[in-house]
Amino acid sequence: MPEPTLVRRALRHPLLWPVLALLVLLLVNVVVNPSFLSVRMQDGHLYGNVIDIIRNSAPVMLVALGMTLVIATRGIDLSVGAIAAIAAAVACTRIVGAGDEGALVTAVMAVTYALVVCLLLGAWNGFLVAVLGIQPIIATLILMVAGRGISMAITDGQITTVNNPWFSDLASGFVLTLPLAFLVAFGMLLLTAALTRRTALGMLIEAVGINPEASRLAGVRSRTIIWTVYAFSGLCAGLAGLVIAANTNSVNANSLGLWIELDAILAVVIGGTSLMGGRFSLAGTFVGALFIATLTRTIPNIGIPSEVNYLFKAIVVIAVCLLQSPRARAMLRPRRRRPTPAPVIAKAGSPA
Amino acid sequence: MSASTVPASSWDRVRGYAPPPRYLPVVATFALFVGLYGVGGMRYEGLSDPQVLLSLLLDNAFLIVLAVGMTFVILTGGIDLSVGSVVALSTMIAARTLELGWSPYLSIVAVLLTGTLLGLLMGVLVHYFQIQPFVATLAGLFLARGLTYLISVKSISITDPTFTSLAFKTVYFGEYYLRWTAIVALLTVVVAAFVLARTRFGRTVYAIGGNESSAVLMGLRVAATKVGVYVISGFCASLAGLLFSLYILSGNSLHAVGMELDAIAAVVIGGTLLTGGRGYVLGSLLGVLVLGMIKTIIAFDGTLSSYWMRIITGLLLLAFVVVQRFATRRQR
Repeated sequence: MPEPTLVRRALRHPLLWPVLALLVLLLVNVVVNPSFLSVRMQDGHLYGNVIDIIRNSAPVMLVALGMTLVIATRGIDLSVGAIAAIAAAVACTRIVGAGDEGALVTAVMAVTYALVVCLLLGAWNGFLVAVLGIQPIIATLILMVAGRGISMAITDGQITTVNNPWFSDLASGFVLTLPLAFLVAFGMLLLTAALTRRTALGMLIEAVGINPEASRLAGVRSRTIIWTVYAFSGLCAGLAGLVIAANTNSVNANSLGLWIELDAILAVVIGGTSLMGGRFSLAGTFVGALFIATLTRTIPNIGIPSEVNYLFKAIVVIAVCLLQSPRARAMLRPRRRRPTPAPVIAKAGSPA
Repeated sequence: MSASTVPASSWDRVRGYAPPPRYLPVVATFALFVGLYGVGGMRYEGLSDPQVLLSLLLDNAFLIVLAVGMTFVILTGGIDLSVGSVVALSTMIAARTLELGWSPYLSIVAVLLTGTLLGLLMGVLVHYFQIQPFVATLAGLFLARGLTYLISVKSISITDPTFTSLAFKTVYFGEYYLRWTAIVALLTVVVAAFVLARTRFGRTVYAIGGNESSAVLMGLRVAATKVGVYVISGFCASLAGLLFSLYILSGNSLHAVGMELDAIAAVVIGGTLLTGGRGYVLGSLLGVLVLGMIKTIIAFDGTLSSYWMRIITGLLLLAFVVVQRFATRRQR
């Protein structure tokens, strides 16, 4: 087979469709509002719609990051929204209860404490899945049901408001002209990418996703890996919850992170990670999270009530799943491929 | 003693009676319900009043119907996350169409048709396009919630005289009473139990949950049944939405957030296996009653906050899932 040209390689790249979708969405925005992409400098920070989008994409990106690894092991984590609410509740009550509410130490201690709790909650999910062998969707459903109750028990059912400039910087602060929230999410992404793609960890995760039993027999500690992946997902969800809480300087256990698990799954699926497990793309998740944030921004921009965004997300979920579904592809293929005389070659040429 | 020669007396037969193992989960749930009622009745004056039991049916009528639909889906090994949103959509369609001056009966038909169609859509996605049930119904969740917001972002109250008279229509048994909504819910349970136990469709549902490829090889109508359970779930969700709008007399996009979790929890507490193939509608009814009983006890106690409901539901779910896990492991 001849060396594929650059164009052909680009056409076959798995990120082509997500990136194209993102560009189309941006184009729609520019058509409606020509100054949409303009970014201006003010007080040493960048301002503009694009900056807002990357700032708002941070929570979904964090949750989707953990979700990507969980899905790669053929699992799913439905409890991330509840864990985010718990993290926010823990951090906020710690800040309110601390002696010096506005101090940096208070913020750091509260965040650390919340993240440790989330790590433990994630490990609990991992315990149910890896040791007790409960299906992931059911195992994480338990925490999804109980989590908001726990979060309310921590805040005593109240909307807790905090007053700590360091903590709110987590959502609205800027470092090197870029929003801190985005840098945190992006940093986590780079760290994860380095850990999974520069070491064998990523391959082991994929091996567990393809066949846990076979990989165990091949010497992979599948149990430990599954456990780690869920704990990591809990950690990411907790970080996302902290960013959301810092954005409003308060925690409402009922609504914080509501349906974020669905946004995260959507981001992962858009990015090309298969829900059947066995392969994942962190870059795809990155694009997927940006897509979700852009979509959320686009809808009010083109003059539709922002609550209707669920409708558009539903359409995107169905469209992406249909594109990935072998059955739907098979239904599309014969009509398109009928003129070509040799369908076998055509089939062999598209293993993407 | 010559116990072996003595023919078993009827007392021995009663004493030695053990229910078939397949009914054990339902029996356990029933025992849990009776235990909760007994403990609650001893601790709180007034809880032992039979009207409390009838109110339980009355206040949870919509959840009973939801759990019935969910039972069908879970029995095939699927899951339906969209039901809470479909309930919200149903209340909104009912409220909006009544506001526009539609006949109440036409509005009821519109609600039921919408739910059934959404169920059909999800069933087709699950079966024909082989999208995982939770992803397809996740899309349904978003779709229904988005449509609800599309109809109206604000809450609309229902003032139609036919609807309000339906809502308060009461049946008296002596000094105790029951609303029509509860009777509709109980009828749903009876019909669903009959369908699952006595019809070809119902047996196919169990067969698919047991092993789908075997069911295909046996020549059962797997496609129609698998789409059918999502249609039933969609229909039940819209019927539950109607009952909910009669209960709450308004349409609101924020109604029923997370109600799908209650329905799933009720089904699991009712002893239905989440991997499919085993379970009874009666168990789901008992599951709803257990959840309702806990809620009632929390209300009677007065010192416990309502969020304990969620935590206790989660704990019950955990207990049942873990027990199920070990029970099924032993049989293999």
